[in-house]
Formats: sequence, structure tokens, C-alpha cells
Amino acid sequence: MSDGARRLLPRFLPLTPALALLLLFLAGPIAYCVLIAFTDLQLTGQAEESFVGLENFRRAFGDEDFLNAVWLTVVFTVLSSLVGQNTLGLALASLMRRASKPVRTLTGGIVVTAWVLPEVVAGFLLYAFFRREGTLNAVLDLLHLPSQNWLYTLPILAVSFANVWRGTAFSMLVYSAALDEIPKEITEAAEVDGAGGWRRMWHITLPMIRRSIGTNLMLNTLQTLSVFGLIWVMTRGGPGGKSQTLPLFMYEQAFQNSLIGYGTAVALLLLLVGSLFSLVYLRLLRTEV
Amino acid sequence: MPVRPTAALPTALALTLAAAATLTACGGGSGSDPDTVKVSFKQSTDNSIKVMDTYLADIKEQFEKANPGKKVELVPIKAPDAEYYTKLQQMLRSPKTAPDLVYEDTFLINSDITSGYLKPLDPYLAKWKDWERFIDTAKAAAKGEDGKTYGVPDGTDTRGLWFSKDVFAKAGLPTDWQPRTWDEVLEAARTIKEKVPDVIPLNVYTGKPVGEAATMQTFEMLLYGTGDATSDPLYDKGGKKWITSGKGFEDSLAFVETVYREKLGPEVSDALDPNVGTRVRGEWLPQGRLGIALDGSWLPQDWLEGSGHEWPEWSKELGLAAMPTQNGQAPGRVSMSGGWTWAVPAKAGNPDLAFEFIKTMQTKANAQKWYVANSGIAVREDVANDPAYAEAQPGISFFTGLVEHTHYRPAYPAYPKVSTAIQEAMEGVTTGDMSVEEAARGYDDALRDATDNQVVER
Repeated sequence: MSDGARRLLPRFLPLTPALALLLLFLAGPIAYCVLIAFTDLQLTGQAEESFVGLENFRRAFGDEDFLNAVWLTVVFTVLSSLVGQNTLGLALASLMRRASKPVRTLTGGIVVTAWVLPEVVAGFLLYAFFRREGTLNAVLDLLHLPSQNWLYTLPILAVSFANVWRGTAFSMLVYSAALDEIPKEITEAAEVDGAGGWRRMWHITLPMIRRSIGTNLMLNTLQTLSVFGLIWVMTRGGPGGKSQTLPLFMYEQAFQNSLIGYGTAVALLLLLVGSLFSLVYLRLLRTEV
Repeated sequence: MPVRPTAALPTALALTLAAAATLTACGGGSGSDPDTVKVSFKQSTDNSIKVMDTYLADIKEQFEKANPGKKVELVPIKAPDAEYYTKLQQMLRSPKTAPDLVYEDTFLINSDITSGYLKPLDPYLAKWKDWERFIDTAKAAAKGEDGKTYGVPDGTDTRGLWFSKDVFAKAGLPTDWQPRTWDEVLEAARTIKEKVPDVIPLNVYTGKPVGEAATMQTFEMLLYGTGDATSDPLYDKGGKKWITSGKGFEDSLAFVETVYREKLGPEVSDALDPNVGTRVRGEWLPQGRLGIALDGSWLPQDWLEGSGHEWPEWSKELGLAAMPTQNGQAPGRVSMSGGWTWAVPAKAGNPDLAFEFIKTMQTKANAQKWYVANSGIAVREDVANDPAYAEAQPGISFFTGLVEHTHYRPAYPAYPKVSTAIQEAMEGVTTGDMSVEEAARGYDDALRDATDNQVVER
């Protein structure tokens, strides 16, 4: 053993139990998942499972329902996380800086309440809001506008809206904190130089909170990619798979059709979609102002 | 005092070892005690419903009294159906976790048999007199493809037409209605649409959102009434192959299409709402907003006292009719059945004791007590013929009468996927996106896919 190793060993030894636990309980299940993604394991209806190589992945890309789910997942994520939660969160955060205290407290309270509600409860509330005899149509009727069955005609839009409703608070909190960090002098200097609200936003605020935008987008996206309960309660992925995002597709394959192997392979592909989004955001983060 | 980094090491190691020992010990407690029979069952997710718990506690007491020295350990699994299956299947995989007796849905029993999770009960059944009392269709429900029996059914359910006498009176239809063909059902719905325009004439479940309810309560109730109405139109038992869509299949789809195209059913968007079942039971029927409902024998459970939406008058306000065969061909009526069975896991430690427990549950008196308590339909002739059982609840003798002409689903391993394919075909014709022929071709493709091409054309 070299001298260096002899010195390092006692330092790292105490970490081994933690490392062992980490490997056992965190890395273990993940490795197991990767392993069964390459088998045809079923929960039931099968005498013995066997190794099938890339068959599950090949099958996924030949499966129209899978491709439909990938597309809907991207639509759902772009609409509700990228556009919805992110923009609305920033807008709320900047507007609230100018608002009076009571308005600020009230708005913040409402938004945060939506956030702390359990997913399933939020799902039921929004189901009641969007359904044919629901609140939204009652309001539209009152205004003499044509009513719609939103969950039936535009399900992916309805669930995206639900996700915006529920998740905006997080972005708002992140951006409130980021905006507080901007030195007042810079904003004031720009104001003296005659920059209007939009120009200040575009040339000062956005570049300065760029890192927060990156972090927020990444967290939002990862959270949105895994949304299950909300959609399940509102539409079950229907009608006809029109709101079946990848998590719902995965659930259907693994637990309704008992195809654990295939479902796990889809989960790995979902992981891939998540990392693609993350890569893009990481590039955004890397750029220094 | 400065602590040397290495001083903590022995303690940490000891802790890790202790933790590991505890963990493995958890898995080690198997059903190896030869005097204790472990019974797993599905506990209601609704805390106020204790029907099963109470019943099993009573049987446990009887069993322990009759078998001195033996003990029963009840292992409830509190979960909705789908999660209960998953949990159970995981338990059945290993001798360390497998209980001695499990409650199995007939929906999945064949799948679990194929997985090798269950033990054939034939040697026990051969020596058990009461087995002769069980009706043949019920016995078949727990039979594997190998011809062996893997479970003892503890009741079943049947399906038929519920109709509002009030709506029928307003439409000028007889309140003792008994349709003889599909056309008569549709005709009645058309009459209601014309004469009582503010109610929904007829509800038949359809599409993926309602899941198995669409397949079983609607599609199979139609399909098993086509052709000669006795042979299985979905699965060829002899050849062990699934049957592709034929005339009966297309006719059944056409029935569903007619209901929604002619607007005899609910709004399509309501029909495809996952919660439509709750609305049928909770709103539409009790409020007189629905003329006819093709639905299951268990509906009154929702209207019992203490359920939150009591409707004791239902037996006066609703009429019951058997679902007719397509053209009224023999035997004239059709029903589908499901239900649950008691089965012994292949990896059970005490299978003999487990079967003794089944016998205790299935004395005539205990079986009868159970059917009445859970509004189940009897699968034993001796109970079905007992007036005390028939009078226990309104509707019970009507639905028991259907048992004679009931069918069980071909619940083989591919069934859940086949069922989904049926729902997709139904949804296609319901929304009008597909013609009957297109939907049937789509089903054939999906069927080949789901069954590894184990199909046969008829």
C-alpha cells in the first residue's frame, strides 16, 4: 500500500457504511430497473422470464401509443412547465414586487395553497372545474359564450392548465428570491438612463436572473415529466389516449397489462427525455453574463 | 477531546451489521409455523365497511374452536383492486412471503395459475362432499387451462337491465317490461327518447376510461348473446386460441354504435368520463334521469343505509329485466359473472390447514351468511334454493335466477390486454371516429399483438 493510500484509508473508512447503504437502497433498485428493462418480466401470466435484449426498446419505437405518449409528454411539458409555470411565475413575481402588501399576501397565499394541495385533491378540483356541468362552463354560460366539454375536446390543454394552476407557486417563489438579489442601483441607473419597463426587463432583469431561470426550468420540467396523479384523476389519459403522457402509458403497461419489463424500459426512455431537457438547460446555465 | 477518525469505525460497523441482520430477519419470518394458518384478504379501502373483517373474525373463532391448538392469522391488504392484485402477486413469488390462503379475483386467477403461484386443489376437492353443491359454471371459473381446479368460489355476480318504472310509465311502456331481443331494447330506448326527451334513454358503458366495466357490463353482455349463445365467442378452449372478430363481434359493436349515433345513450363526452359509473348509481338512476341501465347485481350496495346516498325505495321504483339474446334465440337470456375465490398459494407452508379453513368458511350456514352480508349471488344450489337467502334482499332472487345462463370471462393471461383492445374498438364506434368494420379490424390487429398471434378465425 502506498503512503498516500495509507493516509487516505482512515478518512474514507468511516464513510463506508453510508456508502454501503447508499449502494444498497439507492443504486440497487436503479440497477435492478435497468436490468429488468432488458427482460420480458411480467407480474403474472408467465411461468419464467427471459432476457430479451433490446426487444422492449424496439417494441416501444414501433408502438404508435408509445410515440403518441412521447409527443403528448413534450406538448404537456412545453405548455405547462416551459410556457405556463415559468412565465406566469416570473410575471407574478415581478408584479408582486410593485403591489401593495395586502394584495401581495393574498395573491401569494392563493398561489401557494394551490401548490400545497395534494396532487389527487387538485386533480378532483380541476376535474370539477372543467367537466361538462362544471364551474368553467357555468361561467361561460353566464357570459353567453359557447360551453365546451374541455376534458373531452381538449384534454391535453385542460391537464396542462391544471399543472400550471398547481405548479406556478414554485416558480413564483424562485423568481421572487432571484429578483430580490438584483442590486437596486443597477435598476435605478437604468431608469435614470431612460430605460422603460420592457427594456429593463429584457436587458437587465432577465440576464441577471439567468441562472435562476435555468435552475427553475430544470426543476419544473423534471417535476412535470413525472406528473401522474393529476392526469389520472382528470382524464385517465383519455379520451382515446389524447392525454396519455409517458407516466400514464408506463402505468398502463406495467400494472394494467402486467408487462413489468416493457414498462420499465419505457421508464428508462422517460429518463432519457428528462436528461435531454436537462442538457439544454445546463447549456443555458453555463453561459456567463 | 479530539477523536481519531478510526475510533468511530467499530461502532459504525457494528451498527451496519445489526441493521443488516434486522433487515434479513424481516424476510425470514415465513409461514413455517405448522399450527398457524395465514389468511390474506382484500380489506375495503372504506374504513366504515367491515363486512369481510367481521365475517372472517367469526370464521377464525369457529375454526380455532373446532381445531384445538391451531391458530388463524388474518393478514388484511388494504388496497383498491388493481393494487391488491399487484401486492398479492409479489407476495406469492416467494415462500418467505406467501400466505397459506389468499383471496383471488377470477379476473386474474388463470394468469396467476400460469405464473405457478397457485396449488391445484383437486386432491382436496375429491374428498370434500360439499363441492358437489357448487354449480358447474362457478366451478369452471377457477379452472386452469390444465383442467385442474385452483380455487373455491365464494359467490358471484350477474348482470341485467335496470329500468325506471316512472320513466317507463311516462313513455307508455309496460312497467313489467321483459325484452326478448336486442331490437326490443333499442325500441324501448327510442320510445323513451321520443316521449320523455329530458331523460337519458339507455346507458351502456363504453370505452377505455371506464375500463373493464365497458368490456364486461356492455360488450360481453352483448357478444355472449350472439350466435348459439352457448359456446365462447372470445376464446377457443379446445385449441387454446383467441377468436378474431366475427359477425357476433361486429353486431355487438353495431349495437353500441347505434346507441350513441342515435343519441339513445348519454352524451358521448359523459359516457367517456371515467366517473360515469358513479353518476349512474349516484345520480342518474336515483333521480329518475335514466330510463334503462345495463349494469351489475351489486348496485343496491350503494343505496343501503349508511352509504351516504340511501335509496331504500329503489326496489319499488326500479324494474329488473334479463338481458335478452340477440334475436331471442335459446336460452333467451344472457348474463356475465365474475367474483372471487379462495385459493392456496403454491408456496404456502400449510396447504392442508388452509383447505380446512376453506371448508369452515363453506359450511352451508357460513356461506349463506357471507352471501347475504356482501350482497353476493350464491354459487351453491342449496343456498340459492333457501327461502331465507332469497328473501334477504330485493333483487337477490332475480339475479340468482340468472346464474343458470351466466358466462365467465376467458380470464387467461392475455385477457386484460384483450379487454383493452375491446374497449378501444368500442370507443372508436362510440365517438364515430371508426366504422364498425374498421373497429373490428383494429381489434383483430390488437388481438394478434396481445396474444403473440395465438388466434383463430371463425
